[in-house]
Amino acid sequence: MTAMTVRGSRRRTPGAVRRGVRRNLTAYGFLCGALICFAFFSWYPMVREFLLSFQKTNFVGPPEWVGLDNFRTVAEDSAFGPAWANTAMFTLLALIVGYAVPFVTAIVLNELRHAKAYLRFVVYLPVMLPPAVAVLLFKWFYDPGPGLFNQVLDLVHLPGLSWLDSTDTALISLVIVSTWMNLGTGTLIYLAALQSIPSDLYEAAELDGAGLFRRVWHVTIPQTKLILLVMLLLQIVATMQVFIEPYLLTGGGPENATVTVAYLMYQYAFSFGNFGGGGALGLMLMIVLMIFSAVYLRVSRDN
Amino acid sequence: MSNSTGQSSGTGVRPSRSARPVPPPASGPGKAQGAVVRRFRGPGRKAGENTGREFRGLVSPHTLNTTRGRVIYWAVLVTVVVSFTVIFVFPLYWMVTGALKSPEDLAQMPPSLFPESLNFDVYKEAWDQLDLGLFLRNTVVYAAGAWLFTLAVDVSAAYALSKLRPVLGKAVLGLMLSTLMIPPMVILLPAYLTVKDLPIFGWNLLNTPWAIWLPAAANGFFIFLLKRFFDSIPRELLEAAEMDGATPARILWSIVLPVSRPILGVVSILSVMNVWKDFVWPLLVQPDTDKMPISVGISSLSAQMPQNVLMAALVIASIPAIVIFLFFQRSIMAGLTAGSLKG
Repeated sequence: MTAMTVRGSRRRTPGAVRRGVRRNLTAYGFLCGALICFAFFSWYPMVREFLLSFQKTNFVGPPEWVGLDNFRTVAEDSAFGPAWANTAMFTLLALIVGYAVPFVTAIVLNELRHAKAYLRFVVYLPVMLPPAVAVLLFKWFYDPGPGLFNQVLDLVHLPGLSWLDSTDTALISLVIVSTWMNLGTGTLIYLAALQSIPSDLYEAAELDGAGLFRRVWHVTIPQTKLILLVMLLLQIVATMQVFIEPYLLTGGGPENATVTVAYLMYQYAFSFGNFGGGGALGLMLMIVLMIFSAVYLRVSRDN
Repeated sequence: MSNSTGQSSGTGVRPSRSARPVPPPASGPGKAQGAVVRRFRGPGRKAGENTGREFRGLVSPHTLNTTRGRVIYWAVLVTVVVSFTVIFVFPLYWMVTGALKSPEDLAQMPPSLFPESLNFDVYKEAWDQLDLGLFLRNTVVYAAGAWLFTLAVDVSAAYALSKLRPVLGKAVLGLMLSTLMIPPMVILLPAYLTVKDLPIFGWNLLNTPWAIWLPAAANGFFIFLLKRFFDSIPRELLEAAEMDGATPARILWSIVLPVSRPILGVVSILSVMNVWKDFVWPLLVQPDTDKMPISVGISSLSAQMPQNVLMAALVIASIPAIVIFLFFQRSIMAGLTAGSLKG
């Protein structure tokens, strides 16, 4: 109490003003490194993204304003529709497998009393690999000739698939790699959330005669509702940016079956030299992802 | 309460240096700092709090003790262990042994489960043919520099925002955290153009380590993690040092940093892993083959080499990541949950 009043009255004396100024200068001295890094590599690119998509740049003369021309160009591209459809489909398929499986896995792992460290280590191992390594490894597995997957199918007397070479299986092949290398993250996060559920809730549910599945439904899921929702949104945002899988595995083919928005954006910029078109695609992707991000922000703020 | 830090107030700032706590990682502050610190536990502590009491999950211990419960439990356990091993470890086994097989052996149907002979020459061949030593050195340089920059820049920024609280500090923090809402992929092109021709200075940072180091430091998530930790350090601790005449830099170095080891460990691991795993950004900003980090280097040369050499290269590229994981598993998992549960 006294400290408060002393500090309050001191603030008006010249000495305090000088101290305040000095404190602010020191603080901005500490902040300047971060301010420079953020200004150049985060804030400015954010603004530039908007400019880029309304400009035509050839990197020689000054950029020229072209209104919505870039958007028109990309929208008329024959790969534009497939890119959005594939991105949506990829996200959906990755959610069906990659969202429920880690949760169920975490529930099972949480019940086990043995081999816990091993299982946790193993499930996170693929996450630790550089993604390029995992993707190139699976590229070999998908090889229609001597690839592991067709060898396994052959072993159980099933016909081999052409995996990445067929329009039917190419996208799902990308989903399989992506899920394999990201499954561990979700599993371990759910596992941590499950461990914070108080035991009494399960005991009470059991006394009330709730069976195993009703306990999951009425205790586990409500108790982890928030984290489930947050992970859903994070996963949508992460998977919609899919790039490395089509880049390394298929190059968008066959017949645009695996071209994604991020990959098309890359192609526009670095294959066609059209940064304006790439910027327009980036801006569209940003708007879609921002909707999910805004929901995420809302959810995490409300709780 | 002031007594607790009184050791230092009598003789100025110097002794506080000798009384500096040297806690082992993740164990919280040491005892030397007295009651204030001893009561203070970093936010990292909370996750482990309930490990002490008897844990039960969905299934009650009673059910597990019945014969039927035991049979089901062991059946589930064996199924889980076997399927996890097949799904997550077998592909890696296939990678390691694939490298040891001859091209003929690789093409044969059905495949052999074990390589015919243990011929490690292919690893040497991959190392020489692909110049993996150079790629690895590049990766280490990028990761180490990014780590240093991240720590220096983000720690001092978070300290300023948390403890010095300048005018407009909240707005600055808000702007930094707002970058978390922007998915990295959508600003890829403008970020690339920025690095190619840095505004104001006009420098071209392509093919220089700066193109990796500086953007790595602009990380809103690290600022958030660090600031949240610094916020939980009791004010009394810093005020005592301030009254002794310690400068803010001194307080940061001698008091805040030693107490913050757990969070510094988490941020360090995450920043190194970010750079190590990143693919798209180095692909764009390190176009020269002799500047590429290992994952970009291998993938850019992957089309031209025999399958077993490629596998050997992939094995070599994964070893550092797996070694890091073995050593820092605890920090890595702490970072994982710190990010998602409260982010």
